[in-house]
Amino acid sequence: MKDNKKRFQIVDALLIVMMIAPLVAAMAIKVLTTPASEGISITGARILFTIPMPIQDLIISEAQVNSWLILITILGFCLFITHGLKEDKRDWRQMAAEWIVEKVDDLVHNSMENVFHDSYAPFIATILAISACSSLMSLFGVFPPTADVNVIAGWSILVFALITKNKLKAGIGNYAKGFLEPIPVMLPMNILSEFATPISMTFRHFGNVMSGTVIATLVAWALQNLSAMVLGWLPGFLGDVPFLQVGIPAILSVYFDIFSGCIQAYIFAMLTMLNVSGAYPAEAIAERLAKREERKAKAA
Amino acid sequence: MLEIAIGIILGCCALGAGICMGIGAIGPGVGEGHAVANACEAIGRQPEAKGAVTSTMIMGCAISETTGIYALVIAILLIFVAPGMLVNTLTKAIKTLGA
Repeated sequence: MKDNKKRFQIVDALLIVMMIAPLVAAMAIKVLTTPASEGISITGARILFTIPMPIQDLIISEAQVNSWLILITILGFCLFITHGLKEDKRDWRQMAAEWIVEKVDDLVHNSMENVFHDSYAPFIATILAISACSSLMSLFGVFPPTADVNVIAGWSILVFALITKNKLKAGIGNYAKGFLEPIPVMLPMNILSEFATPISMTFRHFGNVMSGTVIATLVAWALQNLSAMVLGWLPGFLGDVPFLQVGIPAILSVYFDIFSGCIQAYIFAMLTMLNVSGAYPAEAIAERLAKREERKAKAA
Repeated sequence: MLEIAIGIILGCCALGAGICMGIGAIGPGVGEGHAVANACEAIGRQPEAKGAVTSTMIMGCAISETTGIYALVIAILLIFVAPGMLVNTLTKAIKTLGA
């Protein structure tokens, strides 16, 4: 028991630091890179530095750096709840880890039921965790990576690759034939709808998070002006303090950051599962297997 | 002349954003109202299924909100991105024509 306690203090303290340090670093980057003269304004991700590259300069923006930092935080959290697992003696961390794994397995099992296996659970859990944590990052006052369209476009391209991989499982001929259904005239429409899936997924998530950011900024700006107008007569520095800005933006952020961010993470994961499992050509594969067995029976 | 052109660009961008948001909000509003009304009916008929109905409804609402979000993205692009781009192309065109 004593030994346990000692180990808890050293390793876990390090892991907790690993969880919290990236958030502090993100806040520090935000404070250091924001020009002092800038008031409240609506901007995209700030460009931190550019790396010269042969074809096009590589731009490292706030969104990328913040998403790297959130990855470190999630990694720290995962290591924190999973290190030192024991079969017989469970503490609360192990319970939490088991609960998370069980819930994600259940979700994937219920949504991708047809032929699907639990091998998609880690991917879905990753998308859920990164998306939700990135959106919740705006609670700390830093730029949420999900408010940058490029970040989510990257995830959508991953999902698109998964969908195409699953469609190709019944052979390239079957995949190409799918574009000519129900009639060959529909070919351009089918190609268009193929690319519409990732684009709509991108803009759904991006638009929700960005609308929250924009509305919060507008409300903060309006409240600042209102308090300058109403309370501007107060003597000295009291007139400059925007009293009305206290509290009201927090209520808005409960909806836009917490509720909307978590719902969008859930929906992104849900749509990923539905699209990927819907792309699986179960009938074509079953036909193929049946034909193969027939051939085998004939040969025998 | 240039001032008038820039004024027309700014005004049309603002007008377009307003119309876009106004028309784009009708569809999701009606759709979400329909979804919530039917969810209420379902809960009234079968109160024990409240949890499942509510979570499905929130999911459906968030998806039917998508078109409204597209309209919002276009409106924000029209307000914050389009004017600068259009004015830039205008001044460039005037420069090339003058030179």
